[in-house]
Amino acid sequence: MLQGKVVRKVGDDVSTDIIYPGRYMATVLPTETPQYAFADDAEFNQRLRAKEIPPGSILVAGKNFGCGSSREQAASCLKGHELVVVAQNFARIFLQNAINLGLRMIICPTVEAGEADELMLNGGTLVNRTTGKSFPIVSLPKARQAIIDAGGLIPYTRRLLVERRT
Amino acid sequence: MGMTYVQKLLARAVGKREVAVGDVLEPPVDLAMSHENAALVLNQFLEIYQGTGREARVWDPSRIAIIFDHRVPAESSKTASNQKKVREFVASQGIAKFHDIRGDIGGICHQILPENGYVRPGAVVVGTDRHTTTHGALGAFAFGIGATEMASVWTLGRILNVEVPATLKVVVNGAFRDDVYPKDLILYLIGRISAEGANFKVIEFHGPAIRSMPTSGRLVLCNMSVEAGATGGVVPPDAETLRYLGEEAGVREHVETFAPDPDALYDQVIEIEAGSLPPQIACPHTVDNVKPVDAVKGTRVHQIVVGSCTNGRLDDIEVAARILKGRKVAAGTRLLVFPASWRIYHEAMDRGYLRDLMDAGAVVCNPGCGPRLGVHQGALGDGETALATTNRNFKGRMGNPAGEVYLSSPAVAAASALTGVISDPREAH
Repeated sequence: MLQGKVVRKVGDDVSTDIIYPGRYMATVLPTETPQYAFADDAEFNQRLRAKEIPPGSILVAGKNFGCGSSREQAASCLKGHELVVVAQNFARIFLQNAINLGLRMIICPTVEAGEADELMLNGGTLVNRTTGKSFPIVSLPKARQAIIDAGGLIPYTRRLLVERRT
Repeated sequence: MGMTYVQKLLARAVGKREVAVGDVLEPPVDLAMSHENAALVLNQFLEIYQGTGREARVWDPSRIAIIFDHRVPAESSKTASNQKKVREFVASQGIAKFHDIRGDIGGICHQILPENGYVRPGAVVVGTDRHTTTHGALGAFAFGIGATEMASVWTLGRILNVEVPATLKVVVNGAFRDDVYPKDLILYLIGRISAEGANFKVIEFHGPAIRSMPTSGRLVLCNMSVEAGATGGVVPPDAETLRYLGEEAGVREHVETFAPDPDALYDQVIEIEAGSLPPQIACPHTVDNVKPVDAVKGTRVHQIVVGSCTNGRLDDIEVAARILKGRKVAAGTRLLVFPASWRIYHEAMDRGYLRDLMDAGAVVCNPGCGPRLGVHQGALGDGETALATTNRNFKGRMGNPAGEVYLSSPAVAAASALTGVISDPREAH
């Protein structure tokens, strides 16, 4: 069950450079990357760092979210704040990295939501409780969903390690 | 139904007679490569083992390769500390395919793997670097993955959730004209199909111009396939592959090869006449903004870079040395040369190429990714323009968002170094 408030709305083609600027690339640890999430969006970054945004809050995006480079920091910095990203669609490598890191994502090609709207996932439908409208979501391939359900590739691999290798 | 090269490779890897495009597989990994980002892989790897009560051991130390090449020698204490951590891990796990910062066995990962015979036809190769596609030149299915995925590979020895990709077949007929090289071909192809033209697909190279191309050129094609969005590039192995492995990579044991089925189903087939291609240039700020050299001839360049994992091999340095021998780099232009490995550096030194280049005014740097990323040496000044034989020219790629980067073959780069403006190598003789 997912439910939360939209804390930020962004447009199409938001690149990894906007999510995690290249000048912080030398910082790699998932425990350290969250401080630089949307570093060039000073107000949003400040709110994130001040922990004013509760876990489970929602970022709404347009098409091709996470395009650009393959840097994993772009996914780990959002995961660190436990944000949920709802986008019309995601760039391929970002999607893969986000699945691996256990970042919650919802692919919703027709989503209509503004900042402060309350969204709720109801089966295969995303409901905007503020406007009363609902939108179908696209589910991920089963094999990938299993990784998300496990909380990311680290816990998923840990489970396989314990089950398969003795 | 016949299978493409990579379909067949993946079917063999998982022990099936047939796999279809879109099937999700977990093939065993033959080689897992990382560079400095092994430090992040290591962090994720240790986290996987946390709370399991097991000692963290990689699945097979002989199948892991780690090469320091992105920031060598270390440019900061942060990098040096990461390299130290990785060095200690390599020793504790017994990882033998480790190439530290050394003037004998060091170099850029995408040259170290082929020249040491680490990559074989039919292998599944993964690397924490986009340009891991390079190794398709030897008939491997090679592609880039994230650091967390690599940590999972180190643990399980398998790569999870690989979708069998569709294949784009590129047939290159005829022969190249003088002063035209594999780099011109791949730039032309990327310009023609765009940076998204091969998304999710493998590019499989065929035709007489490929059959007669040495492995050094095939490495260029596969290196840059990813710039057309491809998951991988591949040249089905042939007599040249076996020659390279035996003569240049020191492989003594028998190497098995196979070919795609004649009735394989391709997503698309593109034919190119090699003899029709002039030298090509990728213009700022995207790799698919490609024009014939004539269209940008005369553009002033301040810095020229010959080298990198794309074009830092012996024949690349030879071409540059031949053009520059007995002549001078134009005043106001600087020429940086980065051989792809120390083995190449030594050979270029023995053959006098480095002396010819230095006498002309070139600065020969140590093998490494250097200015390609803009993280280390060779940054551009505000408003400066560079011409490089590397593989990407995005804004800020050479360490300065106010600089412009053009991409070309080593021949165009050397001819331009003589004049200080983008020049046609056919006019530099």
